[in-house]
Amino acid sequence: MAIGVKPRVKIPKTAKAGDTITVKTLITHNMESGHRRGDDGQRIPRSIINRLIVDFNGMNVIDVALEPFISANPYFQFDAIVPESGEFHFRWFDDDGSIYETSKSISVS
Amino acid sequence: MRDLTRRQVMAGGGAGLAMLAGMPSFAAGIDELISSVTKGMAPGAGLVSLVTPEVAENGNSVSISVAAPGAKSISIFADRNPAPKVAAFTFGPLNPTQSASTRIRLASSQNVIALAEMSDGSWQLASSEVKVTIGGCGG
Repeated sequence: MAIGVKPRVKIPKTAKAGDTITVKTLITHNMESGHRRGDDGQRIPRSIINRLIVDFNGMNVIDVALEPFISANPYFQFDAIVPESGEFHFRWFDDDGSIYETSKSISVS
Repeated sequence: MRDLTRRQVMAGGGAGLAMLAGMPSFAAGIDELISSVTKGMAPGAGLVSLVTPEVAENGNSVSISVAAPGAKSISIFADRNPAPKVAAFTFGPLNPTQSASTRIRLASSQNVIALAEMSDGSWQLASSEVKVTIGGCGG
């Protein structure tokens, strides 16, 4: 598990049914590309987050495949429809097998 | 087979150039990569919007936004990075706009390409040239 990985997510607290809301996600991760060389001239091995999956109440919103050319601390912004109150579930998948998860609820009127 | 005259060769070359004029030219291998993704179908243009800065001071973090209403997925490529793939977005049923923003690394000035697979199976492409002051791949 990479050190100091902290997921952060921003969504509105409330919305009207069927509204389109904007979701912003950020996770602290240095996204070592595998293309850099260290002081000894050796390539620093790749260590990135390679996938982000976002679901709302079990339905998929977006599935992102990340390559080494996503900047450090990967940031994503996208839209979602919220048909009812519920929970967004975010999962980031690390090259080393770790999965970083977080959830955010929204109340829909 | 009859030998080609110089005039015929010139005419043929001119036609080839005219065909290419509508498409931006990408670094070697990118056209092949796109056609392997689309399984040989030529992508259309006009339905994908790709927003990038014209000049990026720091190639380590270049903000981009893509949107392709009605797309199933959008792949992002950068034609002069050490490897061209940057990201691929697949949109679920709760995604109304098929749009996304993120930050990418660019090694040098180059084209950023968005290739979208539309819901009817056709392909759409948009590209944008970004000038990079300081490269962001630590080459």
